[in-house]
Amino acid sequence: MSTASSSVTVSDQFPAGLRVLVVDDDPTCLRILEKMLGTCLYEVTKCNRAEIALDMLRTNKNGYDIVISDVHMPDMDGFKLLEQVGLEMDLPVIMMSADDSKQVVMKGVTHGACDYLIKPVRIEALKNIWQHVVRKRKNEWKDLEQSGSVEEGDRQPKPSEEADYSSSANEGNWRTSKRRKDEEEEIEERDDTSTLKKPRVVWSVELHQQFVSAVNQLGIDKAVPKKILELMNVPGLTRENVASHLQKYRLYLRRLSGVSPHQGNSFISSHSQEPPYGSLSSLSGLDFQTLAATGQIPAQSLATLQAAGLARSAAKPGLPMPLVDQRNIFSFDNQKLRFGEGQPQHMSSGKQMNLLHGIPTTMDSKQLVNLHHSAQSLGSLNMQASAHGNPSGQSSPLLMQMAQPQSRGQILTETSGGQVPRLPTSVGHPILSNGAAGAMLAINGIGENSRGTGYNSVSQTSSVLNFPLNHSAELPGNSFPLGSTPGISAGMSTLTTKGGFQEEINSDIKGSGGFMPSYDIFNDLQQHKPHNWELQNVGFAFDASQHSNSLQASVDVTPSVLVNQGYSSSQRNVQNSNVSAMGKPIFSVGEGSEHGIALNVGQHLNSLLVDNSTRVKSERVTDTSCQPTLLPQHFGQEDLMSAILKQQDGLGPAENDFEFDGYSLDNIPV
Amino acid sequence: MERNQQLRRQLASMRQSLFDQGHLDEQFILLEELQDDANPNFVEEVVTLHYRDSARLITTIERALEKSPLDFNKLDGYMHQFKGSSTSIGAKKVKAESTQFREYCEAGNGEGCMKTFQLLKRDYATLRRKLEAYFQLARQAGPNEIACRPK
Repeated sequence: MSTASSSVTVSDQFPAGLRVLVVDDDPTCLRILEKMLGTCLYEVTKCNRAEIALDMLRTNKNGYDIVISDVHMPDMDGFKLLEQVGLEMDLPVIMMSADDSKQVVMKGVTHGACDYLIKPVRIEALKNIWQHVVRKRKNEWKDLEQSGSVEEGDRQPKPSEEADYSSSANEGNWRTSKRRKDEEEEIEERDDTSTLKKPRVVWSVELHQQFVSAVNQLGIDKAVPKKILELMNVPGLTRENVASHLQKYRLYLRRLSGVSPHQGNSFISSHSQEPPYGSLSSLSGLDFQTLAATGQIPAQSLATLQAAGLARSAAKPGLPMPLVDQRNIFSFDNQKLRFGEGQPQHMSSGKQMNLLHGIPTTMDSKQLVNLHHSAQSLGSLNMQASAHGNPSGQSSPLLMQMAQPQSRGQILTETSGGQVPRLPTSVGHPILSNGAAGAMLAINGIGENSRGTGYNSVSQTSSVLNFPLNHSAELPGNSFPLGSTPGISAGMSTLTTKGGFQEEINSDIKGSGGFMPSYDIFNDLQQHKPHNWELQNVGFAFDASQHSNSLQASVDVTPSVLVNQGYSSSQRNVQNSNVSAMGKPIFSVGEGSEHGIALNVGQHLNSLLVDNSTRVKSERVTDTSCQPTLLPQHFGQEDLMSAILKQQDGLGPAENDFEFDGYSLDNIPV
Repeated sequence: MERNQQLRRQLASMRQSLFDQGHLDEQFILLEELQDDANPNFVEEVVTLHYRDSARLITTIERALEKSPLDFNKLDGYMHQFKGSSTSIGAKKVKAESTQFREYCEAGNGEGCMKTFQLLKRDYATLRRKLEAYFQLARQAGPNEIACRPK
């Protein structure tokens, strides 16, 4: 929040004033520690019982910066307290004990203690505990940063955005890696003011819809939090909220479009069982299974999807990310998903705006291939199609599906029926027009679909895509069905990110792991636009192929797209399929991370969702710094997002593996 | 003043002997360093807290040692707490005996535990008495004496 300047003030005093809560049943030690910490100029609160300490932490959530606790306490095991604090408050915890045996110290490490002090504790040891606070904050920011930086990379030419972002807690920081110090300071500051302590904003479908329309209106390149906020005109929403959501969205779009097959989204790969692509059925291999597994996509829809031609590239689940995202979206949406309602309007506009705006519709064949892989997992349905060359926004529907369980059947059918945009049908074009197609693409793995077909329609979504992808995502005129918003479509065509997009997307997406919130929108979209898959996946998925991560990124890209743009039923299905994939390692798409971005989208969503628990901390972003961990705090799903983001990052790395597993599309409120 | 100087010398000497005889270690010095104008009796305050808490533990351990059979786990647990507290004030001998006691507990050596505990109680009482005298003198001599670091 505050600008860097304010943080500077804080940093000057830091670490003085650090609020420490020390817990120890031994009154002697407690008194000594209190005195020592006071000498270090910290603000000390002592407590001799763990339960009381927890109460204090709960009632005053933002009242402490760090906790120091003894291991052996009569009322509660110190490690248990450690876990609780980590889960509930996510504060750094230092363990202490007179016991210095390796086992005990190891236990501290495994339970997540950020340090272990042997008693008697020396004041020198206490003088440096502030480093743990900074480190933790920094990592959190970093995640955000990554997600944001991806965008940054894409948006190199947009310094203005940077400026805008700087105003928001998140953005400002991640932008300037050079300003590490400031960043740290800001982190400190931010902690107090920023989302870390703020109540999470739940990005409902409607809210996301508003967000996406605002973004589209402004144009993804020009979409800055302040303006978006103004356009949205939602009381109580802060620019910070918008900024972080924007970051995630971008990542999402990227993920969608940048289905980076290479990513080998661990998610997908882990889950993907060998994407038999070939035909839509390939998707089935992974995605459907997963999707089905997740229950999101009814088996039949999967089949449909498959038929749709997802077969394409059994997109390796490379797109774990996307799926994850979807999951997030869905989860977010579950409540609302109606996103599609709002969206459909846009989406349907002809181009199938892939929600996946971000999806680099231009999935080049290569990407498509990648996506293919990823799509596999996802439901490469879409992707596959696109991979084949006509990513007409295809597969997106798959993605869409993820979001909407209901639409599942639709999407599936869509793909097959409609242009099936998802995949390959329109390779070059407007797959999106199908709406579903786009959607499919988007979802699928986007990498493949994006090729053009799907992406073309992306025009709508393009704006979306532009989002994160902007920079490089030139979706090759992909008509990314991302379209969730009409605005996007316009942009979509520009998505030519053919490959570049993917990359970017990947990176973005990576970061966008956190996008999930927008995924809610996806869900909605799915419902409405069957064809518009907008699935961002479509677009970016393929491009992502370039980047293995891209898949993931792609997913991000179109979270909104997926959301619903109403991809006509197919979307839903697709999404569902994706979703289901997500549930499971949908990532089959993600596998390749490159590929199936589209799928990944859904998967991402899921994985992201899943991830959140893992707190993706930006490691994931394999490529670009998509640090998915956008400030999780912002969103209710923050954790998810972060997880997703993480996933994204991890698209490449295997780390994602675990992330995607969790996705259960179930969340996707189709 | 002569009297005061005498007291201070006495105090310094008392303090030094506690170290020389192995009753106290560097931890005590660290406590002294923490003492400042805001907390002029910090060391005494901490030592008092320690004795209040440790006395309770001594009684508990004693009672546990009377039980038959001996619950070594419990004994070890109590001693762990006792040791932590003793370490905090720098009670060197007592700390060493606590460690020994715990080793006997681990070995299931009841007799070893009892013997060690007797030694521990004795040293614990000695240090307590000496420190009480020390602080009493310190109050008479004036605050700056206590803060003096031994060379």
